[in-house]
Amino acid sequence: MEGNKLHDQASYLRNALFNQGYLDEQFLQLEDLQDEANPNFVEEVVNLFYTDSTRLIRNIELTLDSVPWDFEKLDNIMHQFKGSSSSIGAKKVKKECTKFQEYCKVGNLEGCMRTFQEVKQEHATLKRKLENYFQLAREAR
Amino acid sequence: MDLGVKSQPFTSSNASWKSGDVVPGQFPAGLKVLVVDDDPTCLRILEKMLKNCLYEVTTCNRAEVALDFLRDNKNGCDIVISDVHMPDMDGFKLLEHIGLLMDLPVIMMSADDSKHVVMKGVTHGACDYLIKPVRIEALKNIWQHVVRKKKHEWKDKDVEHSGSVEEGERQQKFPEDVDCSSSINEGNWKNSKRRKDEEDEVDDRDDTSTLKKPRVVWSVELHQQFVTAVNQLGIDKAVPKKILELMNVPGLTRENVASHLQKYRLYLRRLSGVSQHQNGLANSFMGPSDPSFGPMSSLSGVDLQALAASGQLPAQSLASIQAAALGRPTSKSAVPLPLVDQRNVFNFENPKLRFIEGQQQQSDSSKQVNLLHGIPTNMDSKQLATLHQSTLGNMNMHVHSQTSQSNSLLMQMVQPQSRTQLLNEINGSHVSNIPSSVGQPVLSRAIPSAVLGRNGIENIHGPQYTSLSQPSTSADYSSQSTEFSGNTFPLASSSGMSRGLLPNYDALNVNQNGNQDWRLQNVGSTFGPPHHSNIQGGLDVSRSVLIQQPVSSSQKGGQSRIPSANKAAFSLAEGFTSIPNVGQQLNFSASDKSLRSKAERLHETGFQNGLFSERYGQEDLMSALFKQQQEGLGAVESEFGFDGYHLDNLPV
Repeated sequence: MEGNKLHDQASYLRNALFNQGYLDEQFLQLEDLQDEANPNFVEEVVNLFYTDSTRLIRNIELTLDSVPWDFEKLDNIMHQFKGSSSSIGAKKVKKECTKFQEYCKVGNLEGCMRTFQEVKQEHATLKRKLENYFQLAREAR
Repeated sequence: MDLGVKSQPFTSSNASWKSGDVVPGQFPAGLKVLVVDDDPTCLRILEKMLKNCLYEVTTCNRAEVALDFLRDNKNGCDIVISDVHMPDMDGFKLLEHIGLLMDLPVIMMSADDSKHVVMKGVTHGACDYLIKPVRIEALKNIWQHVVRKKKHEWKDKDVEHSGSVEEGERQQKFPEDVDCSSSINEGNWKNSKRRKDEEDEVDDRDDTSTLKKPRVVWSVELHQQFVTAVNQLGIDKAVPKKILELMNVPGLTRENVASHLQKYRLYLRRLSGVSQHQNGLANSFMGPSDPSFGPMSSLSGVDLQALAASGQLPAQSLASIQAAALGRPTSKSAVPLPLVDQRNVFNFENPKLRFIEGQQQQSDSSKQVNLLHGIPTNMDSKQLATLHQSTLGNMNMHVHSQTSQSNSLLMQMVQPQSRTQLLNEINGSHVSNIPSSVGQPVLSRAIPSAVLGRNGIENIHGPQYTSLSQPSTSADYSSQSTEFSGNTFPLASSSGMSRGLLPNYDALNVNQNGNQDWRLQNVGSTFGPPHHSNIQGGLDVSRSVLIQQPVSSSQKGGQSRIPSANKAAFSLAEGFTSIPNVGQQLNFSASDKSLRSKAERLHETGFQNGLFSERYGQEDLMSALFKQQQEGLGAVESEFGFDGYHLDNLPV
């Protein structure tokens, strides 16, 4: 019973992530890759993402702080970040990344900074939610 | 097939890289894939996906490591998948190197799906372009690229004996796998390949020992020096001894240079699709059939068919352009015009083809400048000829990895007759040629519109397109023509580029017209390895350049063109960042001036006049042509932000 309950809770969390737009179908691709030989594949990849993306976020922060403003560099770093995010299906994060890149293209530093806060926010929110979900999923197994 | 992952600079899912792991009958299982991506998340995901497809995966997060791996394991890889944006080396550069070193099929990937980047992939010779995030479905069929390449390589070997040796060398990676693909006629091909593989392996072996014959590793830097030297000397005059002197690399012998030069020449030839034979492009353009276009269809580049359908570019003209651009197709299979599916491949080639075609058709035209009418607004006929030649040549180079495919595609395009006319027109470079081209309104219209629409290059409008009118085919190409035009013209616009490019066009023209103006070839070939990139840059530039001048503004003359041309040149510069040779060839600041002077000259020569018949001489003729163009251009106007062009009724 407990297992079922946990399983249901995990399912609920997972569905909520999709329904609320935090994740897109790319996440399903990751789930499809998970198998008996790699039972924690999705979690591993997400962890890999968060480790690497932290570095990218840091780079962006440093670039935003330095003068003169290097929008091209910002755009490049964000491009990488966006690519990474999209590969795990981080839908909202990806959306903010796109906005950020648009501000970069027009050289709007203030817009970039504002949007970057959103990026970090979504990035952190998703991390929290996924951690909850993975924990529940592991317990439910 | 999860064989585990080793932690090494590159991780491999298979302990042994010896060939023969593929079990006949299970193909494509066991296909050896090398993935290069600096993003660890993507790398991990791709690795798992590929393993799920039963491929043998090796992963790398750095391009240099990947190159080392490929050099050290000749048969260790069947296909490479690489990211475009990487910190240590641009993905396109890696693509060039792999193509030059071992002619493996390379698939590019990026989260960037903008057309110009995808086009860049095409022109650099990528056999496919995947948009991230990559789905496993996209990876399931990558084996087709390996089979296709082998198939074409084999065919090429039949056709070009001189080149086959080189190709055989490059086919090392596919010895046993051939057994698995019944579609490939291994037979003699394999045997001869093996022979050559053995011969060549020795040369390529990375051996630091200085005993006996020192083995030279042609690193990126060394190769750049080599290409620089070759460019300086001119591809025809580049003899090993002189190259060696110019390179001035201690420890390098004439033999090293000679063997590398041989490979390089082969590589260029494959890129251009012109193997020094004077076969009509038309014939050869019927190139490879559908299979070759398969990969291209996955590209999101210009859709020739779409273009054709929109009536902006007569499919036929497109085909001819492509064919012309590609020069002689290495594969002789006829490619039906509907091959437009391979849009991306031809985007950049089509415009060129068109020009060439137009010129070709001008039997009396010996000049090949017209090919780039549209593009180098500031260029005089001579330059145009050079430009289009180089452009063509470049185009050829870009498609090296897909030579057969692209060639076939181009060939088809070219074939449709107007090819010659187009080339002739292009060569004519002046209004004078136009008269003859009037016959094919559709094509000329289509092309110019596509090209012009984008770049506003009047030159191109002209006669060239007229000759290519082939309503049926144009439909297909028209959609692409816009793309192509952008691509091809940019090359022209960058003065540096155009020069180099023109020769290529010339080469193509020569093929078609039988004009033996090989000097231009040199120009094209001077771009060296960066050819791909050069062309790429050129394409970008031309695109911007083309857009610059609406027909109506032609009156402003060359001067008005210059600004846009310059802009194009500079924008092109971005595309060329990775090409050292380009730097020498394309001096954007210099090109600015040269464009100016060229524009002036062009202006004087009435080259542009031709395009804007109303304003300049030969008005009657030009106006007729021009109107057609305008109609065609109008269609693309909105798309390209072209002002002054109204291509509403693009006659198809």
